[in-house]
Amino acid sequence: MMNSDTNKAAGKHKGLRDFLYSPTIAPYVFISPFIIIFIVFFIYPVISIGVMSFQTVLPGKIEFIGFENYKNLLNPTFFKAIKNSVVYTILTLALLIPGPMILACLLNSKKMIGRNFFRSTLFIPALTSVVVAGTVFRLIFGELPGSLMNQLIGVFGFHPIKWLRIQETSFAALLFLACWRWTGVNILYFLSGLQNIPEEVNESASLDGATALQRFFHITMPMLKPITIYVLTISIYGGMAMFTESYIIFTNNKSPKDMGLTIIGYLYRQGWEQNNIGFGCAIGIVLLLFALILNFAQLNIFGLFKRED
Amino acid sequence: MSKKKKQKEFKEKTQITPSAILMFLFFIALALIVLFPIFCITLAAFRPSKELLRYGLNIRLDFPNMSLKNFIFLFTGENNYFMWFKNSIFITFIQAALTLIVSAIVGYGFAMYDFKYKNQIFMCVILIMMIPMEIIMLPLYKQIVGMKLIDSMWGIILPFVAAPAPIFFFRQYLSGIPRELMEAGRIDGCSEYGIFGRIILPLMAPSFAAMGIFVGMNSWNGFLWPLIVLRSQEKFTLPIGLATLITPYGNNYDVLIAGSVMAILPILIVFLFFQQYFIEGMTAGGVKG
Repeated sequence: MMNSDTNKAAGKHKGLRDFLYSPTIAPYVFISPFIIIFIVFFIYPVISIGVMSFQTVLPGKIEFIGFENYKNLLNPTFFKAIKNSVVYTILTLALLIPGPMILACLLNSKKMIGRNFFRSTLFIPALTSVVVAGTVFRLIFGELPGSLMNQLIGVFGFHPIKWLRIQETSFAALLFLACWRWTGVNILYFLSGLQNIPEEVNESASLDGATALQRFFHITMPMLKPITIYVLTISIYGGMAMFTESYIIFTNNKSPKDMGLTIIGYLYRQGWEQNNIGFGCAIGIVLLLFALILNFAQLNIFGLFKRED
Repeated sequence: MSKKKKQKEFKEKTQITPSAILMFLFFIALALIVLFPIFCITLAAFRPSKELLRYGLNIRLDFPNMSLKNFIFLFTGENNYFMWFKNSIFITFIQAALTLIVSAIVGYGFAMYDFKYKNQIFMCVILIMMIPMEIIMLPLYKQIVGMKLIDSMWGIILPFVAAPAPIFFFRQYLSGIPRELMEAGRIDGCSEYGIFGRIILPLMAPSFAAMGIFVGMNSWNGFLWPLIVLRSQEKFTLPIGLATLITPYGNNYDVLIAGSVMAILPILIVFLFFQQYFIEGMTAGGVKG
C-alpha cells in the first residue's frame, strides 16, 4: 500500500520532470524569466498608468476623477516642458547626425592615420556618467568671470555671462554636453555601418572618375540609410526622455523660469516632488502615445518590420 | 600580375599625402578638445576646492598648491563617498552578472527553438525596447513599493534583469551556431538543459564580455531609476551620492570633484584594456538584425 503510494508520488514527480524536460516545454522554460518580468514590470505598469491617469492617488485615498488630470495638462508649464524637450531633440538631431557621419567617413578613409586611436579617444566621454559630465559642464559654464567659458569669450572681448540663467545660453550648455558625450558613440554606429559598404563599390566609382563628394552623396549616404534610421530613432528617444542632464546642470531639476524643464522633468516634479501621482501618469500617457506614434511611423515608413522576419 | 602591381602602386601613392596629414592634425585637435573637460576636472581635483569656488574651473598649472588631499579625504574623511563607491561596485557586478545569465537563457530559448507563439512573444521584447522606461516609471515605482523592494538594490536590478538589448544580442549571436550541435547533444543523452549548460553556454563565453561591459557601464552610470528607488544615504550609488553634493553653495566641492574623477577612473581602466568589447557591445543593437 505504502509502496504503491511512494511509487505514485515518484511517478508524479517523474511526470513533472518529463514534462519540464520535454523538448516542447523546454523552450518555454527558457523564456519564462522574460515572460514573468514582462508581465510584472511592464504589462502591469502600463495598465496601471492608464488607470491611475484617471485618478487622484493619495495614500489610502484613491478616487476616480475622469479626465480631470488630462484637462490639467493644458497649462503653460507643461507646454514649456514639451517645447524644451522638442527643441532639444531637434537641435541634438541636427548636431549629432551629420557631424558624426562625416567624422566617421573621414576616419574610415584609407588615408587616415591612427584610426583606432581616434575612435577610442572620441568615445571616452561616453564612459562618464551624466552626473559627472554635468558637474564638469556646470563648472565650465560657471558664472564666475574666471570660469572657462567666460575666459574664452573674454578673449574675444565679451563680458562674463551668467550662462545657466539665460534661456539660450543654458540650452547651449545642454547641447555642448550632449555633443560631448554622444559624438563618439554615433561615430561608432556610423563606422559600423560603413563597414558594410563593400570597398569595390567605392573603388570602381573612383576609377570611373567620381569625386570624393560625389561618392559620399551617391554611395555612402544611401548605403548608410539603415544605420542612420537607427541613430535617428535612438536620438529622438534620448532627446524626448532627457532628464538627468537638465537635473544636474540646473541643480536638482530647479531651473530658473523652468528654462530647462523637460517632459520627464515635469513628470518627476509632479510624481515625486509634489506627490501628484495621477497627474504624473497623465504626463506619462502623453509620452507613451508619442512613442507609439513614432514607432508606427518608423515601422511603416522604413519597413523595419520586414527586416525582423 | 600587372593589375596587382598597379593596385599596389595605387595604394602606396595614397598612403601619406598632404590631405592625410591635414586630417590627422584635425583629429588631433578634436581629440584634445574632447579630452579637455576631463583634463580640467582632474586638475581641479588636485587643488583645494576653495580655489575652484573663488576662481572657477581653469587650467592654470599651479604645482605648489596641488596635492592628493582631496583624494585622501574621499576615502578616509568624514563623508559617505567610500560607501557609495562600494555600493556602486557591488550593484554593478550583481546587475551585470544576473542580467547576463537571465538574458542569455532567454536569448537561447528564442534562438535555438521553434515553438508556438514564438514570434508574438518576441514582439514583446521589441515592444519593451520601443517604450522608454521613463514613461512607466511612476507605476513601476508603485509596483516596487508594493513588492517592498524600495530602498533596496533588488528594486534597481529586478525590473531590468531580462533586458531586451542583451536578449536581442544573444539571440543574434546564437543564430550563428548550428542547431546540429543540439541534436548531437541529445543523441549523447544530454537533457535540454544539459545541452544549454554544457554545450552552448561555453560557446557563448566570448559574447559575454561585450554585453557584460555594456550592462555594467549602464549600471555604473545609472541615475534616474536608482534615484527613485534608493532612499537612505548609506545605500546610494556613486551617481546618486555625487548628485546630492551639487548645491549652489559648493560646500562639498572637494568630495564632488575628486569623487567625480574617481568615478570615471574604474570604467576608464576597463575601457583601456577591453576596448573592442565596448565597441562590440555598443554597436550590437544597431548593426545586426
